[in-house]
Amino acid sequence: MTKEFLDNTGVLLGRSLRHILRSPDTIITTAIMPIGFLLLFVYVFGGAIKAGSGSYVDYLLPGILLITIASGISYTAFRLFLDMKGGIFERFQSMPIARSSVLWAHVLTSLVANLVSVAVVVLVALLIGFRSAAGPAAWLAVAGILFLFTLTMTWIAVIPGLTAKSADGASAFSYPIIFLPFISSAFVPTESMPGAVRAFAENQPVTSIVNATRDLLAGQPVGSDIWTALGWCVGILVLAYYLAMVTYRRRIA
Amino acid sequence: MTELAEAIRVEGLEKSYKELEVLRGVDFDVPRGSIFALLGPNGAGKTTIVKILATLLKADAGTANVNGFDVATQAADARRSISLTGQFAAVDEILTGRENLELVARLRRLEDPAGIADDLLDRFSLTDAGGRRAATYSGGMRRRLDIAMSLIGDPPVIFLDEPTTGLDPQARKEVWKAVKELAEHGTTVLLTTQNLDEAEQLADRIAILREGRIVVDGTLAELKRLLPPAKVEYVEKQPTLEDVFFDLVGKAE
Repeated sequence: MTKEFLDNTGVLLGRSLRHILRSPDTIITTAIMPIGFLLLFVYVFGGAIKAGSGSYVDYLLPGILLITIASGISYTAFRLFLDMKGGIFERFQSMPIARSSVLWAHVLTSLVANLVSVAVVVLVALLIGFRSAAGPAAWLAVAGILFLFTLTMTWIAVIPGLTAKSADGASAFSYPIIFLPFISSAFVPTESMPGAVRAFAENQPVTSIVNATRDLLAGQPVGSDIWTALGWCVGILVLAYYLAMVTYRRRIA
Repeated sequence: MTELAEAIRVEGLEKSYKELEVLRGVDFDVPRGSIFALLGPNGAGKTTIVKILATLLKADAGTANVNGFDVATQAADARRSISLTGQFAAVDEILTGRENLELVARLRRLEDPAGIADDLLDRFSLTDAGGRRAATYSGGMRRRLDIAMSLIGDPPVIFLDEPTTGLDPQARKEVWKAVKELAEHGTTVLLTTQNLDEAEQLADRIAILREGRIVVDGTLAELKRLLPPAKVEYVEKQPTLEDVFFDLVGKAE
């Protein structure tokens, strides 16, 4: 059973990765919008924003990476939607294979595709002056947080991927998530915001994830933010996974 | 596995979607190695029956056995005995014809996926197109690829849900030829169609489904006997549009 599952998942992962290799534009489009925000905020708005003592690109990058992942998972939902609509999902589900491997292959593909997009964005940030004082352990911790965030977002994306009636519907859910970093500490310090907005910004998941990542990249000691960030990610992950599995079981009977 | 005379046995099958009763007690048997056609208008419940038999849907009541396995309680064994060709050609458009075949062979964990693909490409006259993406195929080629994918692993029972809907007459004849060859190899075929001619051409037995029940079930000769005996009439023999079409466009092989 386990061997069958791993084997099937590997074959299906190979299939999805081949899809991405044949239309690499999905990864490029995923990276273009965050890169646009990065340039816009560093070169246009950045001069007017007072955010800490370091360079603004260092301040901005964590939030931009979260936006990259949030826009990347809209393709996760889109790819799953195409399989549902095209009938190939039903073909796989009626074959003598480990059924859950179909879903897991999409999840792994999402992790790989987002890893590539994030790497592209980090590369652009390095080109425009991003520098990090972080050591290997801190980088590993950053990679871990981003990995967990991607996994969480991916399981959220599975739900519209399974239920959407149209391609637009499958990817529209990601817009609110993409805009969540704007009302957080990602672009400006929350202290500058008026009361209610500030309260929201300081208590929503993105702020703790951004703060923890930013401190790690700056080589600073991380405070309680990292535990809040992990708590949010794991909590939402468990909930999203549960809801995705309920949806999945309903779809395959 | 016990050797049963019936490849498919359906008893008292019921299924509702919320208020809508789709199946209201469907019974039929399909003998091994025969072609059985389920005939009925849109919405009669043909696809619902196929989905239940293919373990993609659960029935509300009644039992369905495929190759001696109950589709509800022995779903994994049932899936080892079947292959589904759904209403929309479920091929992966981004992959080539050959890659589609190899994908299914790998998922079924068969040896020599490349050899299996070669064989089937040849058998379905797709050798020249094997290296092209399935997105570039015509409707008939896509259907043939779809059916070829269903044959991998030699499942004893094959479900074809409206295999010729949307095909031009030539492509339809190609599919008919493929289905006849299947039955000659001893495969049991359950076919759904709205096309009376198709049922007449292919099926050993025909069942007519109306409003969720089988209203008649028998051989073509038995069904014809339900109406008053043939009268002898003298009618001028005109060429049919089909005769004209094939004369102009060229016969399908």
